[in-house]
Amino acid sequence: MIKGDVILRVGAKLLLPFILLFALYVHFHGDYGPGGGFQAGVISAGTIILYAIVFGLEAAKRVAPPAIVERIIPLGVLIYAATGLPALLLGHNYLDYSVLAHDAAHAHEWGILLVETGVLLTVSSTMLAIFYAFAERGRE
Amino acid sequence: MEATIAMTLLTILAVITLAIIPQRNLFGVIMLSSAYSFVMASVLIVLDAVDVAMTEASVGAGVSTVVLLAALHLTGGQEYPRPRTALLPMFVATVTGAALIWGTYSLPGFGSPDKVIHTHTVPRYIAESASHAMPPNIVTAVLADFRGYDTLGETTVIFTAGIGVLLLLKGRRRKANDASGDGR
Repeated sequence: MIKGDVILRVGAKLLLPFILLFALYVHFHGDYGPGGGFQAGVISAGTIILYAIVFGLEAAKRVAPPAIVERIIPLGVLIYAATGLPALLLGHNYLDYSVLAHDAAHAHEWGILLVETGVLLTVSSTMLAIFYAFAERGRE
Repeated sequence: MEATIAMTLLTILAVITLAIIPQRNLFGVIMLSSAYSFVMASVLIVLDAVDVAMTEASVGAGVSTVVLLAALHLTGGQEYPRPRTALLPMFVATVTGAALIWGTYSLPGFGSPDKVIHTHTVPRYIAESASHAMPPNIVTAVLADFRGYDTLGETTVIFTAGIGVLLLLKGRRRKANDASGDGR
């Protein structure tokens, strides 16, 4: 916690929602513009890291509890892997998105969004968990 | 114009690299390598690789700088003086550098359109992403759709790497706590 540095704290508070919104934009607009799940994951992890640097590790842990963050790491991989299962069960190739909706355009859009969500969750929580692990060691 | 910008940015990269070499203050090294990543992201934008540029800016200049600073907080900010002459490291660095430069001679020329990376699968991706109702950003289509298996593997690699780092950083601490508990 940086005490007395009002400009830094107010500036960070002003920036944080926009950084988080940008991460969501990068994720959901990945089909059309640059970026995707990976970049969005890093940016959203960066939001919490900035919050931890300016407002202290304890405050950040209340926002994103480490126990939950560590459980999201495998959850992302599972979401990605599970996206391919419906196709497998219906007799198509694994990760063939065409079974996810009636017309091809929507099926691919949904499939890509789902796997990118898996990537986002894993990347974001991995970055954050590594940051927590480093920051916690420093205070012993 | 584009070549001029690229050359200027590459010159800045070389200057930053040369500035890192004599640096003994590790905080300075981290800040310079962060600046390196940021300039590298600009180079990638000039080369029209915006997706890679975004990754470089967020991972290279952002998160890895923070993690390195956290590591610096644990280890102390000054590099130890060299214990003896650096002949062997010098030799290894020279040989590795020479091998890398020698390797660049067999790479295809920059942007040459007739080489195999541009003729093997890329035309299929470009043609089919238009006809198969793929997203307009072909990079996303290739990553998440054409090469979905690869990206699943990549995500698993990130998962494995994260778990490995967490085990290294957290497992040892628990052992230390146990040892102190036994002592009491």
